[in-house]
Amino acid sequence: MLSVFLQVIRRDLLLAMRQKSDVLNTLFFFVVVVTMVPLGIGPEPALLRDIAAGVVWVAALLAAILSLPRLFANDYADGTLEQMLLSAEPLSLIVLGKAAAHWLTTGLPLTIMAVAFGVVFDLDVKATTVLVVSLALGTPVLSLIGSIGAALTLGLRGGGVLTSLLVLPLYIPVLIFGAGSVGAATSGLGVTAYFLLLGAFALSAAVLTPWAVAIALRISVE
Amino acid sequence: MTMSSVSVASSSRPGLFWFSSPQTFFPLAGKMTPWFFALAAVLGAFGLYIGFFVAPTDATQGEAYRIIFIHVPAAWMSMFLYLVMAFWAAIGLIMNTRMSSMMASAIAPTGALMTVLALVTGSLWGRPTWGTYWVWDARLTSELVLLFLYLGFLALQAAIDDPRRADRAGAVLALVGVINIPIIYFSVQWWNTLHQGSSVSLTRSPSMAATMLLGMLLMALAFWMYSIGTALHRVRSIVLEREKRAEWTRELLAQGRL
Repeated sequence: MLSVFLQVIRRDLLLAMRQKSDVLNTLFFFVVVVTMVPLGIGPEPALLRDIAAGVVWVAALLAAILSLPRLFANDYADGTLEQMLLSAEPLSLIVLGKAAAHWLTTGLPLTIMAVAFGVVFDLDVKATTVLVVSLALGTPVLSLIGSIGAALTLGLRGGGVLTSLLVLPLYIPVLIFGAGSVGAATSGLGVTAYFLLLGAFALSAAVLTPWAVAIALRISVE
Repeated sequence: MTMSSVSVASSSRPGLFWFSSPQTFFPLAGKMTPWFFALAAVLGAFGLYIGFFVAPTDATQGEAYRIIFIHVPAAWMSMFLYLVMAFWAAIGLIMNTRMSSMMASAIAPTGALMTVLALVTGSLWGRPTWGTYWVWDARLTSELVLLFLYLGFLALQAAIDDPRRADRAGAVLALVGVINIPIIYFSVQWWNTLHQGSSVSLTRSPSMAATMLLGMLLMALAFWMYSIGTALHRVRSIVLEREKRAEWTRELLAQGRL
């Protein structure tokens, strides 16, 4: 069981390595979106410090959405996905592996890059740490819930925009507690509750979403 | 798996799945629709009369409060219809009954309409009462998110050409939405209390004149009847669209009963 999971991750990471531009474009998009905000709002440090966490989180949401089509689209196009559906191994396990690989190629780099944004937006060390931890806990949920949207819109016209319509409302709780944790930290409140909730979202998403994605994939490929 | 067709083909006796076939449900829905619309009109007329002429003027809000006779029933229906839609979608997914899935698709536009109505009337009420059309209150924000969920369901079904795939994909989305609605609602509520931006409270004085309550209940019933009537009317159109090449629709057309 575990070997299937690890094999899927290994394969998807290898594919991502062979096509670096896909992964890099997502990260580049994340950086550009965050950079646009001070240009639009103005360079006052106090204002930017207040909105930094929200901006980084919203940009992370958008970057995650943008990278969702590549979760299943290529496998669908070359027939690999059908083999996965026919496989004797549990489909939900394969899906979990794919979501994990997606997180390793988007969520994890975004989390690491957030350190730089903490510096750019003049956050103190504590707030930056909270921002990074909240992203580390929250971005797996983005990959997991997003994979439902990617599976449902597989092979449809205008799939990308449609996916974001379906998935963004479901991202709201993660956004609230992710960005909220930094706000709590800067105003001197405890952040444990936020981290616990984000962790709870991540764990329940890891248990429930692969099942929904497996059903959605069977519907879409049928 | 296809119980809908089996129940009609193998036995002529009405069973559990008798009306799960479009062929049997179509005439039934046709007979029921006018009744529900008539009830909606009568109840609505009484409710509006009580709301506008009988119910007393509110001590603090003046006449502006009278919009709640539309607003509250619309808000109730918007939430309730999502549950009904998800219920039929789930039945369609599990039992593979086509009629249930069509029912879910037929309910969605009415649900979205009720959500829009609740949002618009709410902001029209907010302007004279709070002095602003919109506040980022937990309830308002959740209602807006509910509208997004309806629109997502409609957009997904509209993007899929194969009706059976559209049914099932929509069902998965509706069920994921149902699980998420309480999580979204409580997160938004917590987010709102933490920000402490608006001190406006939606919870008003519990004492409500009996006539106000009566008017609101009548309007709520009228909205129920209207929603059922429209859903049935719309589901008939969906049936006709999907079954346009079936023998029984041709027969109905030949007999001039369409």
